[in-house]
Amino acid sequence: MGEKKLMKGNEAFALAAIKAGCRFYFGYPITPQNEIPEYMSRELAKAGGAFIQAESELASINMAYGAAAAGGRVLISSSSPGIALMQEGFSDLAVIQAPVVAINVMRSGPGIGGIQPAQADYFQVTRGGGNGDYHVIVYAPKSIQEAVEMIYKSFDIADEYRNPVMIAVDGMLGQMMEPVVIPEAIPAMEEDEIGKYKPWALTGHKNKREHNTINSVFLQQEVLEDFNLNVLAPKYQKAEAELSEAECIDLEGAEVVFVAYGSTSRVVLEAMGMLREQGIRTGLIRPKTLWPFPYKVFDNIDPATKHVVSVELSMGQMIQDVKLAVNGRFPVGLINRVGGILLSPVEIAEKTKHLLEVK
Amino acid sequence: MKTVFEWTKGMLDTESHYCPGCTHGIAHRLIMEVLEERGDLGNTIGVTPVGCSIIGHKYMNVDAIEASHGRAPAVASGIKRVHPDSLVFTYQGDGDLASIGTGELIHVAERGENICTFFINNAIYGMTGGQMAPTTLLGQKTTTCVDGRTVKQSGSPLRICEMIETIDGAVYVERVSLHDPAGVRAAKKAIERAFKVQELGLGYAFVELLSTCPTNWGMTPVQSLEWVKTNMIPYYPVKQFKCPEEVK
Repeated sequence: MGEKKLMKGNEAFALAAIKAGCRFYFGYPITPQNEIPEYMSRELAKAGGAFIQAESELASINMAYGAAAAGGRVLISSSSPGIALMQEGFSDLAVIQAPVVAINVMRSGPGIGGIQPAQADYFQVTRGGGNGDYHVIVYAPKSIQEAVEMIYKSFDIADEYRNPVMIAVDGMLGQMMEPVVIPEAIPAMEEDEIGKYKPWALTGHKNKREHNTINSVFLQQEVLEDFNLNVLAPKYQKAEAELSEAECIDLEGAEVVFVAYGSTSRVVLEAMGMLREQGIRTGLIRPKTLWPFPYKVFDNIDPATKHVVSVELSMGQMIQDVKLAVNGRFPVGLINRVGGILLSPVEIAEKTKHLLEVK
Repeated sequence: MKTVFEWTKGMLDTESHYCPGCTHGIAHRLIMEVLEERGDLGNTIGVTPVGCSIIGHKYMNVDAIEASHGRAPAVASGIKRVHPDSLVFTYQGDGDLASIGTGELIHVAERGENICTFFINNAIYGMTGGQMAPTTLLGQKTTTCVDGRTVKQSGSPLRICEMIETIDGAVYVERVSLHDPAGVRAAKKAIERAFKVQELGLGYAFVELLSTCPTNWGMTPVQSLEWVKTNMIPYYPVKQFKCPEEVK
């Protein structure tokens, strides 16, 4: 492990990607993720990589599509409206099975919205805005340190699953500074090693094999059905079985179980401390993956629990997955702020007491 | 007996889906012949567009990928970063390149990306059944302008070479026509120069090939070749707009 440094979130994410062997980054300015393309423009070439400031988010995800198809280790980043523009590209990356890691530093919406932190992209990142049957694997870190570790892991998961992987952080994690330890660097793959490790990649056939073609169009419906059922479906089933992750805190004997992800989960932890002092026992389920959602950990909720509460910086999006996970066993409530306003621990504690009808 | 013409190893021995009289086959063959003659079939990566030629890679003996509609220049830019010593080209029609893909087109030229674009201009959307393109000529009838394109309704046809010529990063810009044997020979020379520009790392090379669509034009193959000559060339002049000294 390297030394501990104080770093701004967005710069730590970019550094982590380079240290994880990423050598290709394609970005477009949008607040609050601008430090990522800025950092990459300064640092990636020094590491032997390539940076392009694309003309749009549409172009940047399509540059990533080409670079990943060519066998490169690729990162893109944007913020909510930019991720919306990229949605066609995520569907395309899924169908050509291209490993790309995307960082979404989420801001408020809808529309151009605001530049303050939010979690209102839950539907966008877990349900996808692109067409067709596909999934993006989505990690939701709570801290800069966890984001760095998830970025390392995401490149390997993207390669293993040959699927896009997203790191969904809210604007607060992108903009704040925290101490962070960057793990040991992973060597980048050399160009002449690509054919060995990624035999499907576009490298030029060198007159040694048949030509590789990568297609997104399926003109025969039987071929597309076969691809969806026999290539994509087993992959997504494997992801659901193996990748979903959550942290569970104090579930035993909890009157209320909160469900919160990202920086919001840290505010919830503060509120839990306040409520404990007032004699109210609460627990937390913190999804670390948003897709696949960790439905199974909800079986660990104490049967005596009175309420499950989804705490989100959105109008109530994750709550749909929480309800599916709870499956009618407990009443499910919502504590939220939107539009770029953060929840405070006091507000969460007060709203929880209101829910329990505690004066 | 002396062999004077052979099937290029760049074209795979499969049946084509193109309509009779369509010049995609000629354009494919010319690009592949040039690559074979250069000894670069194994060192080339192609990007095909949304349009009739989306499965053009089935016929071309090079590694290739389909791009979503209009995005081929961005895809090619990404590929070129990973394989800077490979030849990378996009093959795009006029709906793909001149309509939905203008953003990517302008900026691939602006960056002076060291790739080649082969632009098939047949003044119509082919695969979707003959709708108006930005390159559709005034008076030309399509399924979205059944009485003929008018300036009032849709403006005037877009001349892409003339636009690209103004961008410094585009160092080689030429328009050729596939309507007769002399045009085909000139097209091959243009394709050779485009790849040479890329080999020398000079910048973006753009070749427009005036092409036919007999099916959607409602003409016979012979009539459509004549139509390129009498209707398209007067509006889209065959011309070398820009050429670096090194490849002249």
